[in-house]
Amino acid sequence: MSRQSVPKTETGLDRMDRLELRLQLDELYAEYAHCLDDGLIEQWPDFFAEDCSYLLIPRENYDEGLPLATIRCESKGYLKDRVAAVQDTSLYAPLMLRHLVCGLRVTEIAAGHVKAEANFAVLRTQVDEITKVFLAGRYVDTIVVEDGQLKFKEKLAIHDSLLIPNTLVLPV
Amino acid sequence: MAEADTGQHAERRWPEAGVHRIPYWIYTDAEIYAREQARIFKGPSWNYVGLTAEVPEPGSFRRSFIGDIPVVLTRDSDGGLNVFINKCAHRGVQFCQKQRGATNEFICPYHQWTYDLTGKLIGVPFRRGLKRQGGMPASFELDDHHLQRLQVTERNGVVFASFADDLPPLEDYLGESMLGYFDRLFDGRALKVLGYQRQRIPSNWKLMFENIKDPYHASLLHVFLITFGLFRADNPSAVRLDETGRHSALISRKGEQKATSDTAEMGRFKADMKLNDAKLLTPVKEFPGDTTVVMQTIWPNIIFQQQTNTLATRHIVPRGPGAFDLHWTYFGYEDDDEEMTRIRLRQANLMGPAGYVSIDDSEVMEFSQDGISAFPDNEGILEMGGYDTDDVDHIVTESAIRGFYKYYREVMAL
Repeated sequence: MSRQSVPKTETGLDRMDRLELRLQLDELYAEYAHCLDDGLIEQWPDFFAEDCSYLLIPRENYDEGLPLATIRCESKGYLKDRVAAVQDTSLYAPLMLRHLVCGLRVTEIAAGHVKAEANFAVLRTQVDEITKVFLAGRYVDTIVVEDGQLKFKEKLAIHDSLLIPNTLVLPV
Repeated sequence: MAEADTGQHAERRWPEAGVHRIPYWIYTDAEIYAREQARIFKGPSWNYVGLTAEVPEPGSFRRSFIGDIPVVLTRDSDGGLNVFINKCAHRGVQFCQKQRGATNEFICPYHQWTYDLTGKLIGVPFRRGLKRQGGMPASFELDDHHLQRLQVTERNGVVFASFADDLPPLEDYLGESMLGYFDRLFDGRALKVLGYQRQRIPSNWKLMFENIKDPYHASLLHVFLITFGLFRADNPSAVRLDETGRHSALISRKGEQKATSDTAEMGRFKADMKLNDAKLLTPVKEFPGDTTVVMQTIWPNIIFQQQTNTLATRHIVPRGPGAFDLHWTYFGYEDDDEEMTRIRLRQANLMGPAGYVSIDDSEVMEFSQDGISAFPDNEGILEMGGYDTDDVDHIVTESAIRGFYKYYREVMAL
């Protein structure tokens, strides 16, 4: 990960230049996608704060207030366990993902955190298969500064897709 | 993916050997698929359609499927449960497009034919014409054009429906042994739906049943089950079938993460693997006895899952010979406290399209279909544990799959 440190955050994220904050967030989402798409999965937990949660949840459940997720990570340990499964234990056919993240919306700026949303589309490429749209949805995230960098404190990936094309091995 | 067979095989014959040989054309042949829809799903079987917790109030409804046929489950104004085909009597429109909801009536969007919650036709616009012109013939009777309504039965919150009028009660259909496992999970307490997962698996629907009737693979394929002792050949285990062979249950109990003389043949056992956050697998004892896993497969379309504290129904919806949808409904009980609900939600990480265990199964089913498709006249081997279809107190057997095909052959006349 080659992200720059967040400048002068001692005074609070709400005092930061709005354009600068947006550039930093844009970089965060771009590096996050790069990590998932380009074989850097072991760095995935580094995008999260020490105390964090990650939920990939069907929109069907989210909209009805049903708590069941497709992937539920309640701590950084869960994220590391998911990485270990992808790397060592799960059986799956070779695949490549490509996250297209766009439409970043900053929805709340406070001294200690920022809330942001963005759309995602994920393309999946597999042997003997034409590249397909694998998943579509949006992120609803809470971001904080930790170790001088923006990190996800809560990341909610809500997938519109109801039917998942067989398996979802890599996180979104 | 290979295309389905063209179906020009009127003389399909099961291998002489019997149910320990499985001809691959049953997974690929379009004519066999059509016969399955007619004889199995539209035949004398109780098909799972949903949970009463999903239709709690008069007016509640839920879309569902029997085989690949779309149906609607409703609760009518008298509190009764109804299942009817999601197809307008007029021109065949699939009128109910919403997954779940509440309504007083169903109105087909095309010409607004209107049905009540039991599926009765109650209104046809311009039935008497307009300005004395047009309209339905005098002989047209609403009573002749209700939605196709199915037989419905319910036990402890689980709803089944059938196209057949003369089926035995669900209790007899399940048989004593399977009813016992059913009642263990559905013990009469009100259920609470925790949410849904859905996936399209590019393999024949029967491979899903085979997978859940096959304890042999569980000790070999699934690192998570083997390593953490959740389901392993050296744990006390059993396979139970009903008298016909069509239903079965795999039963086991959680053991320890330790290497034994038996794990030597489990190539994917990882003695030193540790979870960074052990909360994921922290079990709570909630059912009587030592059993922690019951995977029950009920003919012809439902799997009931208890793996430690994660509970779900897995509803199989065939989509042609080469694909099926799997609809997972996770549930707990109304009297679960918050902590119990959290435990169920955590352990759900094992299951579903992203599950630590289920990913392996879903992928392997796709690999199977990919391997089989080009060879309809080849046969699979089902000889683990011998040739019979008996109950056994171990899991080094394929007897439940043989039982399934014994009954399948009868129903399909193959």
